[in-house]
Amino acid sequence: MAAEDLPSEFDVVILGTGLAESVVAAACSRVGQRVLHVDRRSYYAANWASFTFNALLTWIQEHQAESLSEEVQDRSSLVEEGEELIYLSGSDSASISNLQVFCYISEEAEEEEEPPNTTEEEEAGAAGEDAAKEPSETESAGSKEEETGEAAEGDEQAAQEQGEEPEADQPQPSAPPSQSEPTRKKISYTQLEKEGRRFNIDLVSKLMYSRGSLVDLLIKSNVSRYAEFKNVTRILTYRHGSVEQVPCSRADVFASRQLSVVEKRKLMRFLTSCVEETEEHQAYNGRPFLEFLREQQLGDNLQHFLLHSIAMVTEDTLTEVGLTSTRHFLRCLGRYGNTPFLFPVYGLGEIPQCFCRMSAVFGGIYCLRHSVSCLIVDKDSNRCKAVIDSRGQRISCSHFVVEDGFVGADRRVTTPTRLLSRAVLITDASVLPGDSEQQVSLVTVPPTDGRPAVNMVELSPSTMTCIPGTYLVHLTCQSVGSAYEDLSPVVTRMFCTAECQDQENRPAVLWCLYFNMADGSGVEPEGHDLPSNVYVCSGPDGALGHEHAIKQAESIFLKILPEEEFCPPAPNPEDIIYDGENTSPTSTGEEEGLTAAGGEGEEKQQEQQEEETSLQPEE
Amino acid sequence: MHGRVKIKTTAQQEEEKRKEREKKLKIYVAARDACFSKRNEGIWDDEALQLTQQLLSSNPDFATLWNYRREILMHLETVKDKDEVQKIYEAELSFTESCLKVNPKSYGSWHHRGWVSARLPRPDWARELTLCDRCLSLDDRNFHCWDYRRMVVKMSGVPVDQELAFTDRLIGSNFSNYSSWHYRSTLLPLLHPESPEPPSPCREPPQSSPPPSPQTHSHRVCEEQLLKEYELVQNAFFTDPNDQSAWFYYRWLLGRGMSIGRSVCKYEREYISALLCFVNHKFFVFLTAEREEMISCVYVNRDEERVAVAFSRPVNAQSVGLFLVLDGQPQRVEWRSVHPRFKQSPVWICNLPPGTISDITNERNLTVHWTEKHTHRDCALYTGRTESWCRDSATDQELFRSELSVEKTSVLQSELQSVKQLQELEPLNKWCLLTIILLMRALDPLGYEQEMLAHFRTLKEVDSMRSAYYSDLCSKFMIENTILKMEYAEVRVFSISDKNLTTLCHLDQLLLVTHINLSSNHLQRLPPQFAMLQCLEVLEADNNAIENLEGVYHLPKLEEVLLKNNKISTLADLQTLASCPKLKRLDLRGNPVTQTANVESELAELLPSVTDLLL
Repeated sequence: MAAEDLPSEFDVVILGTGLAESVVAAACSRVGQRVLHVDRRSYYAANWASFTFNALLTWIQEHQAESLSEEVQDRSSLVEEGEELIYLSGSDSASISNLQVFCYISEEAEEEEEPPNTTEEEEAGAAGEDAAKEPSETESAGSKEEETGEAAEGDEQAAQEQGEEPEADQPQPSAPPSQSEPTRKKISYTQLEKEGRRFNIDLVSKLMYSRGSLVDLLIKSNVSRYAEFKNVTRILTYRHGSVEQVPCSRADVFASRQLSVVEKRKLMRFLTSCVEETEEHQAYNGRPFLEFLREQQLGDNLQHFLLHSIAMVTEDTLTEVGLTSTRHFLRCLGRYGNTPFLFPVYGLGEIPQCFCRMSAVFGGIYCLRHSVSCLIVDKDSNRCKAVIDSRGQRISCSHFVVEDGFVGADRRVTTPTRLLSRAVLITDASVLPGDSEQQVSLVTVPPTDGRPAVNMVELSPSTMTCIPGTYLVHLTCQSVGSAYEDLSPVVTRMFCTAECQDQENRPAVLWCLYFNMADGSGVEPEGHDLPSNVYVCSGPDGALGHEHAIKQAESIFLKILPEEEFCPPAPNPEDIIYDGENTSPTSTGEEEGLTAAGGEGEEKQQEQQEEETSLQPEE
Repeated sequence: MHGRVKIKTTAQQEEEKRKEREKKLKIYVAARDACFSKRNEGIWDDEALQLTQQLLSSNPDFATLWNYRREILMHLETVKDKDEVQKIYEAELSFTESCLKVNPKSYGSWHHRGWVSARLPRPDWARELTLCDRCLSLDDRNFHCWDYRRMVVKMSGVPVDQELAFTDRLIGSNFSNYSSWHYRSTLLPLLHPESPEPPSPCREPPQSSPPPSPQTHSHRVCEEQLLKEYELVQNAFFTDPNDQSAWFYYRWLLGRGMSIGRSVCKYEREYISALLCFVNHKFFVFLTAEREEMISCVYVNRDEERVAVAFSRPVNAQSVGLFLVLDGQPQRVEWRSVHPRFKQSPVWICNLPPGTISDITNERNLTVHWTEKHTHRDCALYTGRTESWCRDSATDQELFRSELSVEKTSVLQSELQSVKQLQELEPLNKWCLLTIILLMRALDPLGYEQEMLAHFRTLKEVDSMRSAYYSDLCSKFMIENTILKMEYAEVRVFSISDKNLTTLCHLDQLLLVTHINLSSNHLQRLPPQFAMLQCLEVLEADNNAIENLEGVYHLPKLEEVLLKNNKISTLADLQTLASCPKLKRLDLRGNPVTQTANVESELAELLPSVTDLLL
């Protein structure tokens, strides 16, 4: 498709393949709109993407490289009378910042017969050599930090912390291989790279509430047929220096060993009482949730679980908010499993792609590495009549949907940009080893000393996001400082890294990445200095669920097509009548295109998975 | 709107589906007819196997076809070698598996699978267990699968501890599944059998017969395991006190530490019937009465030359080989039940031949033999006495409570404490209240009487749908307590006035009572069982709602009947009183019948023996 000219007329042109954009694309195609969906990037899902290990390294490099300010081509020749141009931003590099990479393993697999009396110095020396062999990460980390002052600060701090370690002379924050785990089979960096294709590392870390708007939409629209899901198997919390399981479902409460029978009864009774709003609850409106919990005579254990892991709110959250959140949690329990959450097999990046696929099936046209450089606006009506793509083709459209990163800074409503702090760790063991090695866990880390609450998701290889013998751990919080400043204390407390080698019982971090991402929750679809038929989609927000993006997509769709139903159920393939020449070939062609661009789509489908959760509602 | 995807209309779809169905039906009918004709001709070939497979995969509940298939397979067994047979049967297994996917509750498919598994030359039981696990994970109450699994476990000899771990897993994922709990109850006694202890003489009634049967012992569980189980099940009912599975299992457990089968079982049966009344679906529990079968009482009256015999369970004395021996001489007597309504009754009476015991200066020795059970009971009628009896009292037999050793009592005590703890948290939970009542009865029925009554009041309020049931149960317990009190006091007066009785029971225990006071209760009738009170002289039943006197029937010693303020409305209701020869005093004040015309003269005619009539 890329070699040819595109059709010059569409109903809706969408730039950016993030979740909200993809849902809008699917919804519009489904009701017969001609949709052109493009992304400047070479991959789907924008900041919602999942990468193989190697692709992630490339992504890191791209973001650390000097952002090439694309020369803005003058497109005024395509403008007709009564029209004016709005230039879009060439890249969205601003949404990612403060990238830092740390590698704690040696390049080659260690010798099994390594003498146990190796001194620390020798080890450190060896590590230095190893570190020198892998300049791509460590150096790039350094080079990145030169870009912004804020990042440089983070680096300094990192370097200071490193200073306490034996290898202080190393300029890069690379650590020696930990010698603390002689029994665990070491995974080398080479192995990570070699098997890197088996990783699916998400840029955002979210979970799907099993009765949340995303799951409802997937079911309603039949998009769920394109993906498979796993239950999050347990909810954990970090408390008194250790990781504990949070009993949330009936089966958990029954099986819990840390609760007394009386606590069990109290917890169950409290949860049951939360399901319906009562006058007693209303009496606490406007007062902190914590106060409400205290007056329920629940005890410290239960209070902690309810506040941090079930309601997932902070101590000053109001009672009505806490109860709403608790209710949502409880409603989601038991639909698919013992926790309220699902996780898509092969990572969250699958979800936007599923909606793109649905759009393609209904005639949407897809182009990656293709962008829209400017909008043509009718001066009289202040509506966008057409767009000019990155190859200078004028494409007329009735509506234009754009990822906020592509909107030029001059056109944005300036809101104070909030950031999310993210960390991605590859570890060698679970934070709470259980009966099964295939647990998928949500770990809530309550706020401490002014640091924000951290949500941590630990994925096992069963989710097809990491290789056997490893776990993929995502940490997310609202930024206070840089991602490293916000999250490394949590990592140091819960894992074995170079900074804390004496903790043999903790999982070791093999490799980790810190970065900040713009928090999309502040971006509104409208109100920017843009034509009225241009809609802005925000990037990922910091919440655990997907409500923000889905709500946004629906509201955009309803503005474009107020009379139409949002994502009605897609018919079964055998019920579709192919009478014209134009529908079926286009859609199949595009579907192939999507598969190719989306990565190893076919290969993925062939791999058989047990215990996958399909989204058919249970009885 | 342009570009919209065209979708077939429902009418089009319906039409297509209809045609499809017609086509299928034609093929199906043809195949079925072909199968039947082949079977009639006795052809057992591969084609028939194919045809039945085709039919059964669309309708796995066609039993005749499964039968035909088995005939073919049995034939093939005779002509093929072992490896081929193995292959054929393996194919059968995967075929039944596909049938089970169509209908996981198909009787035919499960049965066939069991049949094939049993005949497979080299069975792969591990695979079968995995299949069962998958099936149960989809529906943990699929009883076909439970059944099949039991067979697999039996055939493959899975160790008991593994099976126990299996139930652990199922209970962990859903503790509201009684199948798992029940399975557990069958496994525990096998896993930790308590070493049989010698029957301690003090606990056995003196007449005691055979030592506890091996069966009794096989149901016992060692104490260490019991405590673990108590913990497990408490976790369940504290987590969800409204879940009945846990309560049922708990009840089963409470019976495990006890040593003597018969009383435990009586208690347990009562409890289970108590619990079962909560379960409105079809749910059958069959419990064999383990209470020892015996003659519990022999009563002889010299003046009336009459013998009454009470049994530990209702029997038909005419057919169980009952013999009466008087001073070594077998007697020909005719046994009759106390009321013509009963073919089975715990109390039977007979008249001795006239003159055999009328001489008051002779001592008479009477023996009643129950030949069917190889048991008997003696009764001596001493010189100068007009009546005599020999019996085990209810207190001797500990009929109304479990017999507990001291240590088990302490276990029950601590269980009572924890259930009370739950009740503090859930004061209105009916299961909890009922369990407390039953635990209290097991521990000390008289000591906890007031608390029990209070809990019954709460139960009736929180579960008003069953208030009549609770009233009856409470009446029963109150009667038991009164019997105990009466026997401790060694009197023949049974007084239970003003206790909100709604029903009468245990009347066979009142065979010797001469004076009964039932005043100020809520009784509506004196049931036929009341005729078991063969020694009754005075019946006080004022201030009830009695409208029926069926049970006041042939009571040879009854002299006084006080029925003030009841609901006797017609003379016909008083008819049965005429069968009591010694009735002299009758109080009917405050009954509707007193408004009948000519009541006095009618009564004089009906009851000529009554000299003191109050209307």
